[in-house]
Amino acid sequence: MTNHWRDIKNADLILINGANPAEAHPVGFQWFMRAKLDRGAKMIHADPRFTRTSAVADMYLRIRTGSDVAYFGGLINHVLQNNLFHDAYVRNYTNASFIVKQGYAFNDGLFSGYDPDKRTYNIATWSYESDSASGFARRDLTLQDPRSVFQLMKNHYSRYTPEVVSSITGIPVADFNKVADLVGQMGKPDKVMTIVYAVGLTHHTTGGQLIRSGAVLQLLLGNMGRPGGGMNAERGHANIQGNTDHAISWEILPGYLKIPAPGQKTIADYVAQSAPKKSDKNSWNFFGTNYSKFMVSTLKAWYGDAAKKDNEFAFDFVPKPASNASWMTIYDQALKGKMEGLLLSGMTAASIGPDSNQVQSALGKLKWLVIMDALPTTSSEFWRAPGVDASQIKTEVFMLPATHWIEKDGSFVNSGRWSQWKDQVLPPQGQSRHDHWILADLFQRVKKLYQAQGGKFPDPITSLTFNYKDPLKPELDEIAREINGKDLTTGKQMTSFANLKDDGTTTTGDWIYTGSYLDSGNLMKRRGGIQDPKTNDPTGMGFYPNWSWSWPLNRRVMYNRASADLDGKPWDPARPGITWDGSKWVGDVPDYPLTMNPHDPNAWLPFIMNGEGVGRLFSNGMVDGPFPEHYEPVESPVANPLHPNNSASPVAFLYDKAAGRPNRFGTPQEFPYIATSYRLTEHEHYVTQHVPHLVQLQPKPFVEIPYELASEKGIKSGDHVRVSSKRGKVEVLALVTKRLGPMTVAGQKVYQIGIPIHWGYIGLSAESDPSHGRYWLANALTPFVGDANARTPEFKAFLVNLEKM
Amino acid sequence: MVLPTVTRREFLKVGAAGAGALAATGLGFDLAVAESTRVKQKLRIAGTKELHSVCPYCAVGCSLVAYTRQKSDGTTELLQIEGDPDSPVNEGRLCPKGATAMQLAVSPRRVESPQYRAAGATAWKSVSWDFVLDKVAQNIKASRDASFVTTDGNGNIVNRCEGIAFAGGAAFSSEEGYFATKLMRGLGLVHLEQQARV
Repeated sequence: MTNHWRDIKNADLILINGANPAEAHPVGFQWFMRAKLDRGAKMIHADPRFTRTSAVADMYLRIRTGSDVAYFGGLINHVLQNNLFHDAYVRNYTNASFIVKQGYAFNDGLFSGYDPDKRTYNIATWSYESDSASGFARRDLTLQDPRSVFQLMKNHYSRYTPEVVSSITGIPVADFNKVADLVGQMGKPDKVMTIVYAVGLTHHTTGGQLIRSGAVLQLLLGNMGRPGGGMNAERGHANIQGNTDHAISWEILPGYLKIPAPGQKTIADYVAQSAPKKSDKNSWNFFGTNYSKFMVSTLKAWYGDAAKKDNEFAFDFVPKPASNASWMTIYDQALKGKMEGLLLSGMTAASIGPDSNQVQSALGKLKWLVIMDALPTTSSEFWRAPGVDASQIKTEVFMLPATHWIEKDGSFVNSGRWSQWKDQVLPPQGQSRHDHWILADLFQRVKKLYQAQGGKFPDPITSLTFNYKDPLKPELDEIAREINGKDLTTGKQMTSFANLKDDGTTTTGDWIYTGSYLDSGNLMKRRGGIQDPKTNDPTGMGFYPNWSWSWPLNRRVMYNRASADLDGKPWDPARPGITWDGSKWVGDVPDYPLTMNPHDPNAWLPFIMNGEGVGRLFSNGMVDGPFPEHYEPVESPVANPLHPNNSASPVAFLYDKAAGRPNRFGTPQEFPYIATSYRLTEHEHYVTQHVPHLVQLQPKPFVEIPYELASEKGIKSGDHVRVSSKRGKVEVLALVTKRLGPMTVAGQKVYQIGIPIHWGYIGLSAESDPSHGRYWLANALTPFVGDANARTPEFKAFLVNLEKM
Repeated sequence: MVLPTVTRREFLKVGAAGAGALAATGLGFDLAVAESTRVKQKLRIAGTKELHSVCPYCAVGCSLVAYTRQKSDGTTELLQIEGDPDSPVNEGRLCPKGATAMQLAVSPRRVESPQYRAAGATAWKSVSWDFVLDKVAQNIKASRDASFVTTDGNGNIVNRCEGIAFAGGAAFSSEEGYFATKLMRGLGLVHLEQQARV
């Protein structure tokens, strides 16, 4: 989230897409209701299924899954055609005025630079025209230049008329127009809208652009950086946020530094190819300017004395991947026989999917599999799943009993970036051990093997810092201090990442957490909450700066310089983010130099993290287009009404095709219904199959079928049904409801089926069923294909058939 | 709000501190004290240790209060988990998952000792920690040595291990997650993943 849970109460209008917070994040949803009840905010829920969120929304729109770019695109078009954008914000705080290079084009669904053989874009033309004297991007603040971002964008979205939006999304034109009217009012400076989404937006081959389309709309309305505004992702697990920040992710190092690429030999090479570049004279380019300091300080934290100036701070020690190495790639490599071992901690590959049957085959091709978990999972037991002959599975499997969250301390970072420390409440149960102790012990054993036997490039292993009292049992408190970082000259904890250096005299484990653990103590433990609002919420905006700690630097709303106008006054005085008081910025922790006078001609532009200094309506940071464009899901019953010749994303990565495996995509003739997956209040992913009360509340798997389709098929609630895709099947109970219903898309009647994901062959439900949950894995149905940018699988839109059993 | 109301926290505080806390809370009516003291004496959490945690399920980040008691045999008993009324995130509220967190915290379904399943075996074997850690360490070294690329086809130094993957962390404390990243990158892993994408 750019903002945080409690901040949603500050909104005037709440757009909810690809999310069902009333059921999936019910306690967070109280802040949506506070906005509605206390300030009369309107709530608009666009979702394939009518849910409890829809029930309290002011408008519910039944939208076809995966078509939200068209929805947001239509809203963008409405705002641009009717001059409803926030004029001063768009001119000064976005790149609307930047001039794009000659050669950029968009025709019949393809942006310039497409290579059909490689299925990739050469993005050379997706950049700015630079001024020959300064080298910076050319700008036209009148926004009239036909090659300005503003005019190109206006032209791009002019195709997204209400009729086209309706044809793609299935939302009736009249309903869309009502929403457009409400959204169009949010460009006034004293109004603010928030967009809230969850994996219903990310789990598509266009996932990255689905979110960007919302962000573009928010920039046009001047809602980024403001209390009550922003783009707010609801995360689904307790600490996805923290562990993304800390880079358990192939493409990054802690704090969203890029993983180095082959060919980079020095820190300078790395920074030149990774860091944002300053493209306006008033752009601070804070991230780009400090990139090398963050990187060198992390290398110092990891490699200590072995990281020296004369060896480029051990830059060679950092692995440089040849290509994508994300979730699906792991199993793709296993299927190719190139992956020998896999360690899974608190994640069960077999259930998570996509394409569970293919993933199960991949697990069987590993030499060894390690499961670190507190409870059995479908992965720890995959070798003896129903229907599997264990003697044929040659994978060596280890189950290492790990402790639960409540048996260890440390922090969880919520969706709003609040890092909240927790106590160890209980001792470990049985012989279970903390994950970090298991990893520390394993690492030390591997290190000993290298010291005794030698082997491939042991230097990073033998040099890795282990400055803990007990190297086999590091304390999370010690690690938290390491993450914050210290000044090696003074021995003091760093107070801000602004003081990090690239000369090897400072360390940080993750620069965005610098300031969380000072010499005075661990700020993540702070508990100044609602027991004393006067002291703990001094602005009254709900920031609660004395409760836990929020990255970066305890800032509660990111990009908050944009919450104030050019003079430093809040766009809405009733809802200030930060304010220039004549000598300094007050309010939230400013995303700006504390004493930088906004009237200074050299004052920095508001968005300090990117090279432009302003929000990007047009971006070359995405591999599938500088403007979000609607593409059909890879499996879709209709051709794209905008460009049927280029219907689905032309750059989505097709794993099976690339690997030469048989096609695993179905056609609408064989599989005529759209399916989407979803989650229930009473379960969380798969672990709650071990929690008796929750299994009692939601005991059996089911699929939700629209009443009209069920009537056509003679299916009643409680009947056994089979839902199948090209990849597999589920055999579960039918739940017939009017929460789903027929839609007209591209002139054609389509149905959507809903599939909750929580069941499999492990847990209390499976144990109580004669089938042992053999055909209960929802992800047996989902396609093995991902977003071009993030390779996020397309869990939320695929084709199935439905039969009564 | 015009009328003075007793929040649950004040109610317990009053109960804990006794009548002396009356003036400090400024509630001004004796009945509340008498009532809370009376109720508190019967509470399961009387005389327990109050600890703070965070809900393990979704990422709203509801704060929890957990109450434990040392039993005479030296073990720790978890008596109650409830929403933390001080939290600006949840203000004491919990959903059905958070409210049943005790059944995840203490469960007869836990795997309590390391388990090993050899290639082709049809059952688990209970083994020692030393056994599994030694074996996994040997596997890591063998797979790393077999799949480690020091220099790629273009002559670039890449120092990467291609044959081992690590995935996990949505239930880790952040510090464990950082530690996992540090160690796995230290081994040279490129296949590193967690729950954000899936």
